[in-house]
Amino acid sequence: MIKLTINGQVHEVDVEPSTPLLWTIRENVGLTGTKYGCGIAQCGACTVHIDGKAVRSCSVPASSAVGKQITTIEGLAVNGKLHPVQQVWLDKDIPQCGYCQSGMMMAVAALLKQKPHPTDADIDKAITNICRCGTYAQVREGIHAVAKA
Amino acid sequence: MNYMPKMDRRSFLATSAAAGLMLGFRIPDADATGMQTGMSPQLPADMPMAPEVNAWVAVNPDDTVVIRIARVDMGQGTLTGLAQLVAEELDCDWSKVTWDYPTPGLNLKRKRIWQNYQTAGSQGIRQSQKYVREGGAAARMMLLQAAANEWKVPVAECTVDKGVITHGPSKRTTTYGKVAAAAGKLEVPKEPKLKDPKDWKIAGKPLNRLDTADKIVGKQVYAIDIKLPGMLVAAIKQSPVIGNKIKSFDAAAVEKMPGVKKVVQVGDEAAAVVADTFWHAKSAVEALPVVWEETANDKVSSETIAAMLKEGLSAEKAFVGNKQGDALGELGKAAKKIEAVYAYPYQNHAPMEPMNTTALWSPDKCEVWAPTQNAETALAVAAAASGLPVDKCECYRMSLGGGFGRRASSHDFVQQAVLIAKQMPGTPIKLIWSREEDMTHGRFHPISQCKLTGGLDDQGNLTALHMRLSSQSIVASLIPQLLKDGMDPFVFQGLNPTGPEGQFGYDIPNLLIDHAMRNPHITPGFWRGVNNNQNAIYLECFMDELAHAAGQDPLEFRRKLMAKYPKHLGVLNAVAEKIGWGTKPPEGVFRGIAQHMGYGSYVAAASEVSVSKGGTLKIHRIVAATNCGHAVNPRQIQYQIEGSFVYGLSALLYGECTVADGKIEQENFDTYNVMRMDEMPKVETIIMPSNDFWGGVGEPTIFVAAPSVLNAIFAATGKRIRTFPLKNADLSST
Repeated sequence: MIKLTINGQVHEVDVEPSTPLLWTIRENVGLTGTKYGCGIAQCGACTVHIDGKAVRSCSVPASSAVGKQITTIEGLAVNGKLHPVQQVWLDKDIPQCGYCQSGMMMAVAALLKQKPHPTDADIDKAITNICRCGTYAQVREGIHAVAKA
Repeated sequence: MNYMPKMDRRSFLATSAAAGLMLGFRIPDADATGMQTGMSPQLPADMPMAPEVNAWVAVNPDDTVVIRIARVDMGQGTLTGLAQLVAEELDCDWSKVTWDYPTPGLNLKRKRIWQNYQTAGSQGIRQSQKYVREGGAAARMMLLQAAANEWKVPVAECTVDKGVITHGPSKRTTTYGKVAAAAGKLEVPKEPKLKDPKDWKIAGKPLNRLDTADKIVGKQVYAIDIKLPGMLVAAIKQSPVIGNKIKSFDAAAVEKMPGVKKVVQVGDEAAAVVADTFWHAKSAVEALPVVWEETANDKVSSETIAAMLKEGLSAEKAFVGNKQGDALGELGKAAKKIEAVYAYPYQNHAPMEPMNTTALWSPDKCEVWAPTQNAETALAVAAAASGLPVDKCECYRMSLGGGFGRRASSHDFVQQAVLIAKQMPGTPIKLIWSREEDMTHGRFHPISQCKLTGGLDDQGNLTALHMRLSSQSIVASLIPQLLKDGMDPFVFQGLNPTGPEGQFGYDIPNLLIDHAMRNPHITPGFWRGVNNNQNAIYLECFMDELAHAAGQDPLEFRRKLMAKYPKHLGVLNAVAEKIGWGTKPPEGVFRGIAQHMGYGSYVAAASEVSVSKGGTLKIHRIVAATNCGHAVNPRQIQYQIEGSFVYGLSALLYGECTVADGKIEQENFDTYNVMRMDEMPKVETIIMPSNDFWGGVGEPTIFVAAPSVLNAIFAATGKRIRTFPLKNADLSST
């Protein structure tokens, strides 16, 4: 049994400590907004924040997040108010199938926290998530729109 | 549910029909009345089903309009486009529009009133636009008639604006929501008159999608996310050599692992572990010792497949797809003969959501929750696997994390889920493929080679062209009944002499396009763009080769051959003008151009690239044009163009599945790379509908991204790359 703090709530979960955080979040805690894409930290669909930093949750054990603040896409909005990234994603209609976008938005939110006005080069370096629908052009515009807001 | 009004037979039928409807993110748990409570994001789950006006339209008492969608949205926006078409004819308030996905079981029960569910071949809108618009128009007429009946006035005196009906002489008003129940009792008018698209107010506009809100907060429930009471999760191990049968497996070796409930065989070619969680199931199935049969396919490699296809390039026997004059004879007489051989690899669809399906089987009922591009096929596959009649089965349509043709090509994952669930009656089983299973057991973009021979006269005119395709047939593997005397007509996509699907756009007096079919054991499938992808590369890069051999500008060389094909020429001219063809590009930047027709639409692209001395390619800018006939939602079309370029350029840059010892070698995105943000070029779109036909938009522009870039690479480096992907090519200059 380990204790995880996810979106401000403490969850006691019965998993082997080596279980990837992704599957603990999805299957044991039941928050399915965080997605499985590759399991090897390549695609970023599983991106969550651990103490504010973007982490690919498929490739870290659940035990490594004990005592830390985990934020998933379900916790990005605060008190019912969308995070600025979510608001722009909604207004600009950025997702296509949407499957990768939880991870995409989490990665973008972490980037913008660190660099509120990222250059294109900053974006290229930080946002390496895979989107097979091909929303990259809109994602880039979206990031700049959040930065300008 | 408390809400159960007294109903006459007609409305009872309408309501029980609605019982099969489900939508999106809530689980369709049939309640005591047999109604399902799954509804759209805007509506509370416990809201009663809206009164049905006709098959396509239901209206709630609060005036929210529920539009029924037969095709599936996997990110391409067809849901919103189809809803716009219905809403346009309905004259309802767009802000009150929501939607429902009728199940395929209900479609069968209602004699296929929603017709075709297939969502592939860019056909969602173009093949259903007429009857969905008629559905909206008929509903409008019925709602107006119901109001007129209530007021006892002639219907001709009633008008509607945004769902508010007004009786002109008396100025009385009512709303769709108030008369919907009465309207549903009226006869559905046949062949209602449709609006002229130039009068459209909702269709044709760049509206936001209807289904974004849940996607940005993690609420959208994809098939992989479904939770059912008592559900267990399965992970599968399929024969590494596709098609080889399973001989034995040692269940005892993994049965004691954490969470494991059962180890089962799945058909002839797989074993699965059922556990409490996917993580436990996956861990166990990876440890499961399995013995596979050995076959001749164990010796197949990329090299043996390439040799098989190479033989086809000069084989005597071939199917003829397009023939004018005497190409072979004229080639012998040409002043200059140019020859080139191209090769295109296997590629995996790799949608972000791996294959999965949840199945619940009992001796008298089988239900599946599936991410499918054709729920009717999913239902048929589930029924066949279940051993039950189809009317005892149902398929609930879940959101898809991408599709790109994979979830239309084969419902192997649905079949497997049912075969597993059948071994655990009464327990819902969610089967999830690991990414590794998904990568190695795809329905791959077929492998192909092409030998092109062109003849120029002494003026540099193209007098003859022979295109010999040697490739694997998707149809032979998936839909053999579509073969015509053994010939696969789909291999000639975009190269056909006539027809709305994909017409060859050049007038060449002596032309021969033929195909030698060579089918390795690797399973092929329909992959976004399908055979147009390699056909456009072959033809458009070779046209570029011919132009250079003739000493002519590639655009002018094409234009001379395109007088009879004004729509092909129209998009080509549009991209040429916008990219500034004929003007000097920025220092170090080079241009390429390409055009193609497929899935009913005319598309062209012009690219600007630079290549460093070390061989690093940078794609700066691509101008794309499409004439898709009618543009139902220009904003979503723009997104499809951008997205198709990401998919097509990922394939060009990286897409390659190789074969060794009969197995696909690439298992995940580390070895099957795709394009990321940093490689995304600036895309400028020109949407130029000529408003006299209906073409597709989900795929067509993908055809021209790769050849326009390849032609630009030649302009930059003088290197003609004919084997793909580009990651294997050396673009450096010495």
